[in-house]
Amino acid sequence: MNKDIILKVDNLRTYFNTDDGVVKAVDGVSFELSKGETLGIVGESGSGKSVSNLSVMNLIPSPPGKIMGGTVTFDGRNIFDLNEEELRNIRGGKIGMIFQDPMTSLNPFLRISTQMIETIVLHKKVSKDDARKRAIEMLELVGIPKAEKRVDDYPHQFSGGMRQRVMIAMALSCDPEILIADEPTSALDVTIQAQILELIQDLSKKLGTAVIMITHDLGVVAGMCDNVNVMYAGRVVEKGTNDEIFADPKHPYTRGLIKSVPRLDRPKQKKLYSIEGQPPNVIDLPECCPFYPRCEHAMDKCKTSYPPAVKLDGSREVSCWLYEEKTSGK
Amino acid sequence: MSKYILRRALGLIPTMFIIVTICFFFIRVAPGGPFSSEKKLPPQILQNIQKKYNMDKPLMIQYVKYLTDVARGDLGPSYKYKDYDVNFFIKESLPKSMLLGALALLLAVILGIGTGMISSLRQNSFWDYLSMSVAVIGISVPLFVIAPVFMYIFAMKLQWLPVAGWLDDGGVKMLILPVVSLSAPYFATVARLSRASFLESLRSDYIRTAKAKGLKTSVIMFKHVLKGASLPVVSYLGPAFSGIITGSIVIEQIFRIPGLGRHFVQSAFNRDYTMIMGTVIVYSLILVIMNFLVDVLYGYLDPRISYK
Repeated sequence: MNKDIILKVDNLRTYFNTDDGVVKAVDGVSFELSKGETLGIVGESGSGKSVSNLSVMNLIPSPPGKIMGGTVTFDGRNIFDLNEEELRNIRGGKIGMIFQDPMTSLNPFLRISTQMIETIVLHKKVSKDDARKRAIEMLELVGIPKAEKRVDDYPHQFSGGMRQRVMIAMALSCDPEILIADEPTSALDVTIQAQILELIQDLSKKLGTAVIMITHDLGVVAGMCDNVNVMYAGRVVEKGTNDEIFADPKHPYTRGLIKSVPRLDRPKQKKLYSIEGQPPNVIDLPECCPFYPRCEHAMDKCKTSYPPAVKLDGSREVSCWLYEEKTSGK
Repeated sequence: MSKYILRRALGLIPTMFIIVTICFFFIRVAPGGPFSSEKKLPPQILQNIQKKYNMDKPLMIQYVKYLTDVARGDLGPSYKYKDYDVNFFIKESLPKSMLLGALALLLAVILGIGTGMISSLRQNSFWDYLSMSVAVIGISVPLFVIAPVFMYIFAMKLQWLPVAGWLDDGGVKMLILPVVSLSAPYFATVARLSRASFLESLRSDYIRTAKAKGLKTSVIMFKHVLKGASLPVVSYLGPAFSGIITGSIVIEQIFRIPGLGRHFVQSAFNRDYTMIMGTVIVYSLILVIMNFLVDVLYGYLDPRISYK
């Protein structure tokens, strides 16, 4: 299959202990990322996309969060076996991260130069002057005009889109192997969104960085990802290449998602399509397919047990009883 | 920034003018005067004394004269302690009160921020609960209880420290009990304030970014959290300093410290007009300057605030 797998997440489970019960935010997620690949992780709010990627960095606030099981293999080692110092070398150095809200993700009390230089000095082991040059170089690369001057500005002197560019510059400044982009465009204007996505795409190609793109926006995924994981209620329900997922979605949830995207090239509908019902409460979820209450193909089986992941042709995997029957019938 | 500082500094003048004016007339409205005592003075003598201190002139004339004296830095003669002027008393006692207050506030801020930082890092641990319980005691028990209790335990029972007095009675160790007692409530408030703001800051997105960059906890705490989290503490410092000053009146009484607080209380009893005015002016000057400094410090700490 894929040759250079650099990150392998296997059966990851992250739970949160709350007053109302145990929230199984991520419950048995597995995926692989190969060199230079752009992987999209799609799902509704609360489906566990962000938590699974914060777990990859071992950044889950604990308490209340806790990694209950699974492995995250990076560079041949399980991240959860590393000590604090080894972990810190990976964070920011080998794996860069950018977040949803650029307005709050930069420290408002420190200059951009301070925030960028400290990262570069830490991971690249260079002098402060060299780090400063590198910071300016990165800012130019992400398209900040007059980078040499602006590097000493404070975050509030930048617009939202510019701040996200700064975040990208900072995340990529130490040549990470992986860039995790956690909804990088959700808080931005549509016009800026396109620019930022293009920037991430260009830079990752130029620098050979693998990207994990977390988003709830199928348009983002369709435009730039090689492979797609669809998440629902803390689990990956469908995996496949971009073309496979969009041309022939298998899981009823994926189909619903794609159908819900408003389209301009279709005749005007009276009402936009939406999946009936609400995402499930992931507290004390019973052993069942979490999607069955909203699923139009729901069967009795769905209410009693969770469907195992079934490999279909190509790289596809889907967790739905509809396909279990087909494969076993073959 | 420097323009702002200059403008704010000039703004102190009208503030002080208003304080002096209100205070001047309020004191005169109160019944009695510096020369009224149980034994009535013969009218002739009273008249002579009043003449000496210009008190026979109309009030407005006295006011203008007082104001011009104050503007020149002369707070006038004491009505009670003849041959001494108010400047003498203040010069003698103010440094002692300032030393006491500054040390107490410094202790409160350093210990308070340290405690708050550790509590926020180990939220809901034994240490957190212990220090926050101590803080509640510090906030709710008044100074005139804390001070005698400390005095009883450390001076009377354990005999580690002297009971009362000032530097010339026994050196630096005389300072320990009054400074610690005076700082207790402020330490408690600073600890609670900084714990809350450290916790808030630790949960913020930019600290998540700092962690995702692989920074050490110590770097995150001192470089990324401290600056933002100290803002509420800084804005508390203005009122805290005024509290320290009024608090020090009690402490000075209990520990027999020859500070300004004693004169502040005594002059009111004596209706020593110039002395009351002098102490009020000094206290309010300290207060407005402290608030001014806090504002400037705030602008320095938070780059989003721009002063024009």
